[in-house]
Amino acid sequence: MTPAISATGLTRKYYDQVALDDVHLAIGAGTITGLLGRNGAGKTTLLRILGGQEFPSSGSVQVLGAAPAENQDVLRRLVLVREDQTYPDYQGYPNFKVSHALRAASFFYPCWDADLASSLLEDFRLPANKAIKSLSRGQRSSLGITIGLAARAEVTLFDEPYAGLDAVARQIFYDRLLADYADFPRTVLLSTHLIDEAAALFENVVVIDRGRVMLDTAADGLRGMATTVSGPVLAVNSFTGGRPVWERRGLGSQASAVIVGQISPEDRERARSLGLDLTPLSLQQLVVQASGGSAGAGAVTGRASA
Amino acid sequence: MPQMAGLDEGGSLFAQVAERLAGEIADGGLAEGERVPSSNELAAFYRINPATAAKGIHVLADEGLLEKQRGIGMFVATGARQRLLARRRAEFTERYVQPLLTEAARLGMDTGELIAMIKDASSEREGVPV
Repeated sequence: MTPAISATGLTRKYYDQVALDDVHLAIGAGTITGLLGRNGAGKTTLLRILGGQEFPSSGSVQVLGAAPAENQDVLRRLVLVREDQTYPDYQGYPNFKVSHALRAASFFYPCWDADLASSLLEDFRLPANKAIKSLSRGQRSSLGITIGLAARAEVTLFDEPYAGLDAVARQIFYDRLLADYADFPRTVLLSTHLIDEAAALFENVVVIDRGRVMLDTAADGLRGMATTVSGPVLAVNSFTGGRPVWERRGLGSQASAVIVGQISPEDRERARSLGLDLTPLSLQQLVVQASGGSAGAGAVTGRASA
Repeated sequence: MPQMAGLDEGGSLFAQVAERLAGEIADGGLAEGERVPSSNELAAFYRINPATAAKGIHVLADEGLLEKQRGIGMFVATGARQRLLARRRAEFTERYVQPLLTEAARLGMDTGELIAMIKDASSEREGVPV
């Protein structure tokens, strides 16, 4: 697949702080990718550079085939919704309303869908005539999401877009994103720390930690990559013997261990005869392992790149 | 969890979609010759990525359980239900009988007790509409 977004040797430093460290990425056109990692991992810096709002210190990025910074052709075909988004001039114009923000966006984005925008406002119960400065944090997030979806930009970047949104509003966001993506496929990159909630949206996931890419893989390939084995200590030890193990815990005569690698039908049979339970690790648990800086990180990346 | 309409987060999602569809065909919920929901419809229902849903459909199509009709969609193939039922019978031992025996062994029950238990449970069910 042609990459819609690519980064080559991308590094960004702030004085002696390294926010992004030699990042190489290729994100296929028309996919939804999750950008995952801890706070401060470099997610926002990456998205800002992809969105043309910041320059790399070294290395390069291409969005839709060109460098995005100061490139109007690319910028009109991409939208970046930031965490706690602010709106142009809203400090200078106290009467700047939700409807004005949408008008401004409609001029900028060639594929803007006004009907989609108003139906999203309705879903989020956000009145169009409300002044931006009096919006709550959650309402500002709703407005950002509305603009991000209604722009129908070929490249849609969401950076933790849901500060202050409750579970119902977040579900609306996920549902509307999927529905509109199904009708108008585009490249979506969504950073989030609510991994369990959003996991099923992703076709691919990129995990970054301390400015480096730890994992870049298909989400479905990741599921089942590691499994928790639990049961009697001796049985767990016998089952895990000779396998890479990330983590072991014990409580009295019971133990559990996280093993890396796919489980074969023979493994299942053996686990059953030993009286062991097998539970696949969720995406969230895998990301915790991959970004914890533990032995697990090497194990995941080693496998993913194999 | 409100996401994913009952799919299990840990397992492979496309395989679960395939399994759900196969289950519906086996139970007769999706009749032979009937149109199967599209990947976008499945994606919206299960709240998953459409590519994942499409992969689930492809698994069944590769097994010949679904047939593509160009420009219209995927349909349940002739004989799909019989094949799925045969497969389920073949898997019955592994999926149900083996775990039953394992748990019985854990509780110190022998096969004779187990058989008596199954007979009891079965006669209790008789006359009860299922």
